[in-house]
Amino acid sequence: MHELSITRSVVAIVAERAAGQKVTRVRLEIGALSAVMPDAIRFCFGICAADTPLAGAVLDIDEIPGLGICNDCGTEVNLTALIGRCPECGTANLRLTAGQELNIKEMELASCA
Amino acid sequence: MCVTCGCGDTDGATMTLHEVEHEHEHVHADGTRHTHSHARGIAGVPFRQDTLGPAHVHLHETLPVRESFQVHESLQVHETDSVQEAELSVPGRDERTIQLEAQILGKNQLTAERNRGWLSAKNILALNLVSSPGAGKTTLLERTLTDLKAELPISVVEGDQATSNDAERIRATGVPAVQINTGTGCHLDADMLERALAALKPRSASLLMIENVGNLVCPALFDLGERAKVVIFSVTEGEDKPLKYPHMFAAARVLLLSKTDLVPHLRFDTERALANALAVNRRLEVFRLSAFSGEGLPQWYGWLKSEFAACRGAPP
Repeated sequence: MHELSITRSVVAIVAERAAGQKVTRVRLEIGALSAVMPDAIRFCFGICAADTPLAGAVLDIDEIPGLGICNDCGTEVNLTALIGRCPECGTANLRLTAGQELNIKEMELASCA
Repeated sequence: MCVTCGCGDTDGATMTLHEVEHEHEHVHADGTRHTHSHARGIAGVPFRQDTLGPAHVHLHETLPVRESFQVHESLQVHETDSVQEAELSVPGRDERTIQLEAQILGKNQLTAERNRGWLSAKNILALNLVSSPGAGKTTLLERTLTDLKAELPISVVEGDQATSNDAERIRATGVPAVQINTGTGCHLDADMLERALAALKPRSASLLMIENVGNLVCPALFDLGERAKVVIFSVTEGEDKPLKYPHMFAAARVLLLSKTDLVPHLRFDTERALANALAVNRRLEVFRLSAFSGEGLPQWYGWLKSEFAACRGAPP
């Protein structure tokens, strides 16, 4: 269950950048082939955020679909797993171009005014 | 436990070197190193979030109101020691949006690269051995150490949730070993390896075997700074294991099909199992072996020696 440790990492990074200010929203980018389940991150987020500047913050997750390029014929291939074949030439010689993202994109701070 | 390794708040990973047990508490202050490239945004052109194209154009709808589409004209390529952020001031809004662009595993990656540099400078070949529990990592390691220790200086880092049984088995072969107990954590991380290296002090021009926690999922995500991951897949497992746990087989460079002496007693289709592994990762180097019968070990040792020689001559 690495999602719990990954969520802790998200909370730690955001809390540090917030420097004590209240965080109202966090946006993550998670690739479909990153081995991290967005639902598990959502489940963990409320627990990890409690008693931190992120308590009560909204979590948005952009899920990035898997995409590859066929090394043989150059066709762009949609990938739902790490295993795939080119629909044009049938080869398994694919290079992953998207879907392994695991990033914090942005955070929103409550006004300190 | 740290934010990248664990599930418990208070239980630190424990490291055991010989009879001395250390308790380490570590809290990560995340100074995340970040390397990222952006396509340049088009200033002044309002885009919706859903127009984000394949070129990863960095235009955001960051605010809940329609008229406030934000265009974040970003740097094309930047590399700094800290998380990138651009603070957007929004007249009339109570909230401020900060672009972070932080890699969630960035801290681990930074430590892993530091470990890799340290190991490389000392000409140490570090291999990260991963498998399901019970695939035979420790048995294969015992046999490998016994057979090679006269030719190569070797040391071992053992990772398990609990007990120092494996490090004791390794030390019985006469090879120095340090045990890391991850407590509730399900994988080793780069920080744990860094501390293990400080305790173990592996000698220059040596082989370092890192036996990860038995788990085919989480260790795939955490780079330790090793030169290669070696996945051990035993013939007592299902042939479809590479398809069920593709991330680990994709992350590995070498596959050791272990316990091959048992094949006559099983309904295990070796060719199908290997085809599945190669479907996930066509570049896998495959060795079939048995630590019990010795079958295939010369080829595995040959690979270790040639990799060791290569490691002394070139960066990873």
